[in-house]
Amino acid sequence: MQTDNDEFILSCPAPRGRHTQIQMAHGGGGTLMRQLIETVFLPAFDNPALNQRHDAAVLDAGGTRLAFTTDSYVVQPLFFPGGDIGSLAVHGTVNDLAMAGARPLYLSAGFILEEGLEMDVLQRIAQSMQEAAKRANVQFVTGDTKVVNRGKGDGMFINTAGIGVVELGVEIGPLQIQVGDAIVINGDLGRHGIAIMATREGLEFETTIESDSAPIADLVMDMLTEGIEIHCMRDLTRGGLASAANEIADTAGKCIHLEESAIPVREDVRGACEILGFDPLYVANEGRGSALCVSFAGTPSAVRRASSAAWPLNRRRR
Amino acid sequence: MKFVDEYRAAAPARRFSEAIRQLVTRPHTIMEICGGQTHSIVKFGIDELLPKTITLVHGPGCPVCVTPLELIDKALLIAARPDVIFCSFGDMLRVPGSHGDLLSLKAAGGDVRTVYSPLDAVNLARGNPDRRVVFFAVGFETTAPVNALAVEQARLEGLTNFSILCSHVLVPPAMEAILSSKQNRVQGFLAAGHVCTVMGYTEYEPLARKYRVPIVVTGFEPLDILHGVYLCVKQLEEGRAELENQYRRSVSRAGNVAAQELIRKVFMVTPRKWRGIGEIARSGLGLRPEYAAFDAELQFGLKSMDTEEPSECMSGLVLQGLLKPSECPAFGAACAPEHPLGAPMVSSEGACAAYYRYRRARPVSPVTELVT
Repeated sequence: MQTDNDEFILSCPAPRGRHTQIQMAHGGGGTLMRQLIETVFLPAFDNPALNQRHDAAVLDAGGTRLAFTTDSYVVQPLFFPGGDIGSLAVHGTVNDLAMAGARPLYLSAGFILEEGLEMDVLQRIAQSMQEAAKRANVQFVTGDTKVVNRGKGDGMFINTAGIGVVELGVEIGPLQIQVGDAIVINGDLGRHGIAIMATREGLEFETTIESDSAPIADLVMDMLTEGIEIHCMRDLTRGGLASAANEIADTAGKCIHLEESAIPVREDVRGACEILGFDPLYVANEGRGSALCVSFAGTPSAVRRASSAAWPLNRRRR
Repeated sequence: MKFVDEYRAAAPARRFSEAIRQLVTRPHTIMEICGGQTHSIVKFGIDELLPKTITLVHGPGCPVCVTPLELIDKALLIAARPDVIFCSFGDMLRVPGSHGDLLSLKAAGGDVRTVYSPLDAVNLARGNPDRRVVFFAVGFETTAPVNALAVEQARLEGLTNFSILCSHVLVPPAMEAILSSKQNRVQGFLAAGHVCTVMGYTEYEPLARKYRVPIVVTGFEPLDILHGVYLCVKQLEEGRAELENQYRRSVSRAGNVAAQELIRKVFMVTPRKWRGIGEIARSGLGLRPEYAAFDAELQFGLKSMDTEEPSECMSGLVLQGLLKPSECPAFGAACAPEHPLGAPMVSSEGACAAYYRYRRARPVSPVTELVT
């Protein structure tokens, strides 16, 4: 029997624009990237740990719960106000581990260097990585270097992988969120993304907006030892808070409600977003606790404890 | 934030909403011309603050949306050439042509670059003398002055490798086309504040008289729009049909005279095809013959190309205010930002994009709340 629905499908042309080649948006952290993961990577590598789709995989190794993650860094320019590709490569990866409730321990570093890169630049970046690692209490224990022909790389790309240990008996991930959970973010959104964008495009504002990239594992550990029941966390990188919330809601099959007026965005970042036509909720934050999204058992006292005790920035409430 | 927050404040918005409610005694249909206004309306839920008897319909004021298919096809042909650097504003890149879009072309190896100003394209032309730099000059009267400036700058510098693919359109002829259509249901207009900042509003006064329709030059923030609707409804209720200026902080009657002179120097009024609507007489701007060296269609021999528009996209009806994006059977299914059937789904000012972004699904019930 033909229903109205069948008729509709028959009369409707096959959608165009299904991509046969990789587009920039496939790496943008949004819908296309999600499609890529769902149609290429998940079917290819299908396994229970991967299918959790968290920032880091949590694995059982002889009774110890290890968290394992990897991330590649291709940011341009290599140096930007408030940071550089090296510090970012540390913060991003340790924060991915922290998002699984793990204490970050060891990192690897893979360098893809472009022929002609200034040695001085490489040295400054390595130095910055070491300082960031020290701050985050992790060590680089293995690495790799490749050089590609001039024109085949943007100065340098860095990949870091990290291992951490999940010490407390916590299950953290999108599938753990529950109806009634609250969301805590520990600071204002969008500074990192706008800082990079402004430098890249040569945009000048009254004040320089600096990236607030930083490690946040200690904050997470504090929250966990406080006994706050965290169900899910996200480092709000590409795609910002809105994309992370969408992805978590999608994975968990639940609806997440955000109150725009309760989300802190600094005045200069809001201004830059107005000028550039961006929504601050979609702007990237990288490796920065201020941009962490936590959902946990939403009793009023737990909310208060999480948003004041364990998260220093929240003492400066509006 | 100054100049933003005061125009988005909730308390005066409620006062305007109440004042409009007090005024209305019968149904009215009002069209906002500009896609920027459409986005504000849908994003801030302004239509929901109005009495049910007031219908806001969305106008053709999205330059990307009304750019005809053949021009996108021409852009794709030019951008595919190895000797060309093709420059465009970002939201043109995802608009589908007959075969693919500029972003796919970029992925396939075309040198397609996003710029923030046509003057960036002039800089590229100066810095790459061995390449031909083409800027996709799309827009209403708002962007015409800066595009004219870019062409004039290239002429003054004697650049021979810079040209523009010109698809400029004009607002008043489009309003007249809508008003003279048999299907028209628009009783009042919110005219586009940015366009009038450049052009002033003398062109609109005869339209208001001839078609007995109130036209209120309106800004883009929520309170601007509510104020514009208020003024428009007041005229309709009182049986007046005049030109009023809500957006006084930006718009004067004469407009920006220097910008208008620049437009007239470089461009002339031409017939122009509008996507989904068809050709409208004297509704576009083309380069004057003395600037032919900067006309990409001439330089690449594409003047005579003509493309049949496919029928599956109903954007023509949307752009004339005859169909709401959410009423289109393809909306959100066959047509979405990742695989659009037409430009209104991917343009930053497109009505379909606004509905997709803000009206696709409503939260059933709050599951989580945000605490900072």
